[in-house]
Amino acid sequence: MRDLSLHLLDLAQNSITAGASLVTIRLTLGEDGMLTMELADNGKGMSPELLARVTSPFATTRTTRKVGLGIPMMKENAEKAGGTFKLESEEGKGTTLTCSLDTGNIDCLPLGDLSGTLLSLMLTNPLFPDFLFEGKSPKGEGSFDTREVRQALGSDIPFNEPSVAAWLKEALDEEINSIFGGILV
Amino acid sequence: MKSLADLEAIRAKTLENINMRKDQDAARVVIGMATCGIAAGARPVMLAFMEELQKRNLQHVTVSQTGCIGMCRYEPMLDVILPGKEKVTYIHVKPEMVPRIVAEHIVNGQPVEEYTIGAAND
Repeated sequence: MRDLSLHLLDLAQNSITAGASLVTIRLTLGEDGMLTMELADNGKGMSPELLARVTSPFATTRTTRKVGLGIPMMKENAEKAGGTFKLESEEGKGTTLTCSLDTGNIDCLPLGDLSGTLLSLMLTNPLFPDFLFEGKSPKGEGSFDTREVRQALGSDIPFNEPSVAAWLKEALDEEINSIFGGILV
Repeated sequence: MKSLADLEAIRAKTLENINMRKDQDAARVVIGMATCGIAAGARPVMLAFMEELQKRNLQHVTVSQTGCIGMCRYEPMLDVILPGKEKVTYIHVKPEMVPRIVAEHIVNGQPVEEYTIGAAND
């Protein structure tokens, strides 16, 4: 993976596959340059057995092949950048993945196109589930909640309608830029 | 600044469009977006498709995603499925290739042979 936003796009797919109705992505950049990324869902969760082996590249829930690289690559990239990786899950409740990374570390991946990741998630999951983004940095904080968008737009209109997609793109760009512009993106 | 109030106008317009094209057969673009596809660059390709379709106002095309189909070395990959035609698989797709695929294949019905999996030598 070339940047952190691509990791988020990849890992969020696990939450969607787990049947989550709300996927929360939370990014907090501290004054000390430590970036905390949290991906939380209310999907079906994992059994303690699966949770224990899921950071292995040879663990996957799919049946077509025996490898699953998304989670182990994220863990490696976090630890390589002087950070930590934590995965908590409870069956029937959901899963929360928390990473911290030192953005001052030379091995820390760049954040990348976070707005593009959020937009991709919304366009490829146009009616379900909902996404909540919360960001915070020394520059400011903000959020983007697709439940609010759906309420204003009507829940029968999919996000991949061109005029809606264009609105989402601009709104996300503005929001992300106000939080991380000039710092991480 | 974008505000949620914009969405009301968008809703009215979009509902009209949805009703208008109810009887049309939809062309489909399916992009591989598993770990392998994403790592190879599927996200900018997907966003390029959305942008190109919007630019040309092609309301009858849907873009969706799929997982890993086991040919990770060819990612980013995508299928274009026109109604009544066999699916065409494009490999190593870059955002710059998207306008041609849209113009020649989706609009004019002629697949861009040199980008398809049939043109691969390895």
